[in-house]
Amino acid sequence: MLFSRQQTARHTLSHLDWLEAEAIHILREVAGQCSNPALLFSGGKDSICLLRLAEKAFRPGRFPFPLLHIDTGHNYPEVIAFRDRKAAEIGERLIVRSVEDSMQRGTVVLKHENESRNKHQSVTLLEAIEEHGFDACIGGARRDEEKARAKERIMSFRDEFGQWDPKNQRPELWNLYNARSHKGENIRAFPISNWTELDVWQYIERENLELPSIYFAHNRPIVYRQGSIVPVTDITPAKPGEEIIDLQVRFRTVGDITCTAPVISDADSIEKIIAETATTTITERGATRLDDQASEAAMEQRKKEGYF
Amino acid sequence: MTHPIEDHGLLRLLTCGSVDDGKSTLIGRLLFDSKAILADTLSAITKTSQRRGMQDVDLSLLTDGLQAEREQGITIDVAYRYFTTGTRKFIIADAPGHEQYTRNMVTAASTANLAIILVDARKGVLTQTRRHSYLAHLVGIPHLLVAVNKMDLVEFSQARFEEIKQAYLDFAEQLGIREVQFIPLSALNGDMVVDRGENLSWYQGQTLMEILETTPSAQRRHAAAFRFPVQYVCRPQDASNPALHDYRGFMGRVESGSIAVGDSVTVLPSGLSSTVKAIELGGEPLADAATEQSVTLLLADEIDISRGDMIVKTGELPTQTKQLQATVCWLAESPLDQARTYLIRHTTRDTKAKLAEIAYRVDVNSLEKQAVSQLAMNDIANVTFKLAQPLFTDPYVDNRGTGAFIVIDESSNNTVGAGMIGRESVCF
Repeated sequence: MLFSRQQTARHTLSHLDWLEAEAIHILREVAGQCSNPALLFSGGKDSICLLRLAEKAFRPGRFPFPLLHIDTGHNYPEVIAFRDRKAAEIGERLIVRSVEDSMQRGTVVLKHENESRNKHQSVTLLEAIEEHGFDACIGGARRDEEKARAKERIMSFRDEFGQWDPKNQRPELWNLYNARSHKGENIRAFPISNWTELDVWQYIERENLELPSIYFAHNRPIVYRQGSIVPVTDITPAKPGEEIIDLQVRFRTVGDITCTAPVISDADSIEKIIAETATTTITERGATRLDDQASEAAMEQRKKEGYF
Repeated sequence: MTHPIEDHGLLRLLTCGSVDDGKSTLIGRLLFDSKAILADTLSAITKTSQRRGMQDVDLSLLTDGLQAEREQGITIDVAYRYFTTGTRKFIIADAPGHEQYTRNMVTAASTANLAIILVDARKGVLTQTRRHSYLAHLVGIPHLLVAVNKMDLVEFSQARFEEIKQAYLDFAEQLGIREVQFIPLSALNGDMVVDRGENLSWYQGQTLMEILETTPSAQRRHAAAFRFPVQYVCRPQDASNPALHDYRGFMGRVESGSIAVGDSVTVLPSGLSSTVKAIELGGEPLADAATEQSVTLLLADEIDISRGDMIVKTGELPTQTKQLQATVCWLAESPLDQARTYLIRHTTRDTKAKLAEIAYRVDVNSLEKQAVSQLAMNDIANVTFKLAQPLFTDPYVDNRGTGAFIVIDESSNNTVGAGMIGRESVCF
């Protein structure tokens, strides 16, 4: 049974069309099965794709969920401005809950003043879930990002403490998703689970999606610290003795300033980023997430504690 | 655009075998070698001259998560891995090979269109090979590929390859497997994975990568009837836009077949008919839609339709049934309890259900039918469920989308069973 390439092409949705159709199906399952979901929107590239997918899934209607951002207060200002502008542009409701409020309430206690607030997002997220009674949160996590994510279901169950139990996940067969939960429990839904970083960039190119400027190559003061590139900002100043270098970099992933590192790159267009992504040998998080480097199991640990 | 590259869509495949068969090495090689193909595809001018079958790379590094997980006792999991050649994207579902992992294999197989069944050239067809083939066939994977690996350890012997092929065909026939391909390879050296290599010149067929790049990605053996389970109903009722006042969009994914504007459709369970007024995606019009596309249908007549209903072409009705005869794989630690009521989810429709009868259980090693009174985790059995509400079904062999269901335990909300509907479901 031999198939020529032409025959194969004729019978198939393009890979982006297929991934898009799958993601739309998942979004609509969340809307159909859950009574009060929210879509986690940070202004990062993955959640920007989610917004476009939600538009494709639900227009001309409104989204059947608000957008939710858990803000550490340590995000790049360009990204926060983009987040607000984008939410206004598409006319959907944006809820922002901040880690700083949790700190004032005393539910987040930093070990020291300079501790990264990134992992404390979990607390603020769980507080937001309780405050609004969300029974599902839609996130832009992908299985190719990191080992712990690779094990995660598309509809991932969290108990009433927001905990994920990797050893006790619901089997997920065909496209029959089980997003049922009892009151107080929560489902995390990941419509782009099966996308890779390259797919995301190809989709951004195809859909002509706008991105925060820091995804593209730009000059920025950095220091080298323990083999990583650390951006020099008000929140992350250079330490005594460190040499500040002006370097052409871009961000592959965008999050809390204290734990997101740029990569050296001259890719100033989506086309160049795609070429770079296709040939890179380092995983997205391996290259750019200082928090995941802390230990092999860092992500798994944070997810068990309710991180998305 | 980068530059126009042919897009052959996406293929989901399953690898069956144990680490001993060289499965990790094979997956590692596919992940590694495809990088070079991708670079070739994307750089139209400069071709990499690099030979793809690299000798000195530790391929197990690429798949190390697998073994570590098993040692930690996380045995319940299917691992998904991704690679692309630029013209086609691949999703590998990898299920552990041992007997107690039947449920993992069924889970991984449920979304696969091709199964690579690994056979160690030294050992030939084993009980494990039969079990994997039975399950792959049961779950209806359209394309089976038997990869006779470690050919380097049998001196690349054509005679040995033919011997294994014949042994496999003998039992495949008993199972009713009609279409199966065979390929000799050495995952370690890379022979016949991406490059043909020097050692298997007697083999005239496609390399593994050529097979993967050209196998049809969707199940299209049957000219399937149009099935559109409704997931969500869009009624914008936007006061500022009177044009949307009467808008009713029925949102879903085409499970099978195709639909075009103007087609006559029937809505189930009401049985009311109408015609397709428009097909949309994201509010933009489409002329038609085919299998696996997520779209919104608008009908000419005002019919009350909600989630769980199904839109089909008039004259192509599925079977309406309140008694479901099916092959079930039990997934939960607690056994299937005849006294309890479960929830069955079929397409977007849920109904309460009780076990009526277990006809027999299949021993996945001997493939013998056994009489049993209850089902434990990893059991495969032919059963009948009584349903509280009717479902609209097709036999699983004809249609995965409308032939599959899951069983949910309402107390825990866990998914506890997976079912494939047989031909004998009783009509009411």
